[in-house]
Amino acid sequence: MKQAKPKHALAIRWFHWLNFPILSLMIWSGMIIYWANDAYFSFPDWFYEKAHLSFRLGEGMSYHFLFMWFFAINGICYVTYTALSGEWRELLPGRGALGQAFQVVLHDLGIRKEPLPPAKFNAAQQIAYTGIVLMGLGSLLTGLAIYRPIQLSFLTQTFGGYGTTRLLHFLLTLGYVGFFFMHVGQVIKAGWPNFKAMVTGNE
Amino acid sequence: MNNDRRAFLGFGLGGVAVVAGLSQLLKVSPHSFNELLTRKLLGAGRLAPTFPKDRAKTPKPNGNIGMEEELTNWTLKIEAPGHPSRSMSLAEIKALPRVEMTTELMCVEGWSEVVTWAGTPLRQIAPANAPEYVSLTTPDEQYYVGLDLESALHPQTLLAWEMNGAPLTAEHGAPLRLVVPVKYGIKNIKRIGTINFTSTRPADYWAERGYDWYSGL
Repeated sequence: MKQAKPKHALAIRWFHWLNFPILSLMIWSGMIIYWANDAYFSFPDWFYEKAHLSFRLGEGMSYHFLFMWFFAINGICYVTYTALSGEWRELLPGRGALGQAFQVVLHDLGIRKEPLPPAKFNAAQQIAYTGIVLMGLGSLLTGLAIYRPIQLSFLTQTFGGYGTTRLLHFLLTLGYVGFFFMHVGQVIKAGWPNFKAMVTGNE
Repeated sequence: MNNDRRAFLGFGLGGVAVVAGLSQLLKVSPHSFNELLTRKLLGAGRLAPTFPKDRAKTPKPNGNIGMEEELTNWTLKIEAPGHPSRSMSLAEIKALPRVEMTTELMCVEGWSEVVTWAGTPLRQIAPANAPEYVSLTTPDEQYYVGLDLESALHPQTLLAWEMNGAPLTAEHGAPLRLVVPVKYGIKNIKRIGTINFTSTRPADYWAERGYDWYSGL
């Protein structure tokens, strides 16, 4: 029988699984807000209708501005935990990470045949997991900058003004959606024990 | 294996509890929670950034509620507790100190436009020791907004009669409209008929339709 080895700390699993519904709620309420002025591209009308995103701007804003506090608090807790526990060492890309990440991509595409060097997170994961935290920070700051663009106008003007900040906030969301599909794809590829470890903590 | 099952159960139930908890939170008026928090944290005290005049454009009129009838014999009615109600003509209002500013009008829908306005600060007509709130309504009382006193007395909150160097047109709220850069466009009421300084939180057209009463920026 294989020994169950601890892999993910309980705190990390909680931050991760809390973030999933909270971020989903943020994207959903964000889409309700986006409907009112879909300046960058329009989803087809049937999509807005089917997803019940139309004519709910006031409601969408109230949800978005409530859940954002939970999103921010959870993110801050996660970063604080990884910083204090020392787990940041496994997550932060080191020198040469870009080149190593390229090898990971080649490996995942089946071009590179040799196995990857053993590590909890490979360089591509480190870049992705650090990048997503920076994106979270970006969403928080651009979000605050368009939430209170006068009282926090220094922030709004730093990002290039109200319109530009709104666009950045939207692009970051597209980034999450991209991350989500890549992430779920990789998890499916890695198999059940890997997924199970994110729930039970052991592999 | 028992531990594994417990973990799956724990996170499953935890997730359900989180979603249930958050949706319960939605029932206790998130707008009030948000207002309480951000009013305390940020208030409305800062000045809105101003822009060079050549960036000014004509904003979308976006709505003519309260402006459908023909306007005749307009005067501004001003009411405040402990004061007899009074009226001011446009000429009397224009005799007050004139402020011109180029600020960004931000619509609750998500778009914005830089506009040059001219008018007089609302605080010019406010009574001393004004109560907590200000209510502004169109002459036909079809559109109405409520403001907290801090935002109403903000130096950039104007009773405006000029937009981009020309007298206000009918669709932009002639003869007199409110410009309040610390609030979303919905609070920038056009064609003001009555201004009432009041101690009770005034009714607000869009707040009655599910929008944030405070709507601060």
